[in-house]
Amino acid sequence: MAEPMRIRATMAGDVADVKVLMNHPMETGLRKDAKTGQLVPAHYITDVTATVNGAKVLDAGLSGGVSKNPYLGFKVKGPKKGDKVVVNWVDNKGDKNSAEAVIG
Amino acid sequence: MNALRRNVLKGAAGAGTVAVAVAAGLLKPTQALAGVPRSAFEAKSVGDALKNMGAVSPADSKDITIKAPDIAENGAVVPVEVTSNIPGTSAIAILAEKNQTPLVADFGLMGGAEGYISTRIKMGQTSLVRAVITAGGKSYTAAKEVKVTIGGCGG
Repeated sequence: MAEPMRIRATMAGDVADVKVLMNHPMETGLRKDAKTGQLVPAHYITDVTATVNGAKVLDAGLSGGVSKNPYLGFKVKGPKKGDKVVVNWVDNKGDKNSAEAVIG
Repeated sequence: MNALRRNVLKGAAGAGTVAVAVAAGLLKPTQALAGVPRSAFEAKSVGDALKNMGAVSPADSKDITIKAPDIAENGAVVPVEVTSNIPGTSAIAILAEKNQTPLVADFGLMGGAEGYISTRIKMGQTSLVRAVITAGGKSYTAAKEVKVTIGGCGG
């Protein structure tokens, strides 16, 4: 059910620049459906974690205040080309998704 | 881990809230320990959000750079980039002060992660975008005003 996410990691000097694009509606629960007038139930990513070669580097909590299809960029010092970055997310309905990339 | 320590340092009251949330099945134990407590995300004011995060009166810092547009035509997608040059930065939180729930996101950084986060947030109206940095057990903050032409929180 969860759509694929995009992730890219490139080395710039000794810092890996990781960019992630997640597919998610990120409903705050405050928006009304234009047709029915009913509130659209909250549905957003609550937790995002990232690891480099299995070691955790990012542990994020999100709210519905993050834009639809969340974009996330972060930088990690130390990895080498060819190292593996894995990003996981979980939403408030228990859906989850994961993507990995090799640092290039 | 810093996030864990933050929860522990908050003492009985904070730990109690988390424990109740865990007991009620709202949070898995792993989630309760990951980053700030969810109660901070539900806080309706900046003060409450900071209190729930365990960062009551963060010190202003010039070592924090917030890159965001002066005017955002579409409040649904406001690019925000936070860079902290404070040594030992272990967490970056982003708040949109006039949003119904100001705390937008909190990023715990570890394992070589730099004090840098780039993301996109929703803003209901013109307001300050505030970054709260945790470094060495202390909190620091900086803010930048973003004017919003069309609100992005719906409703």
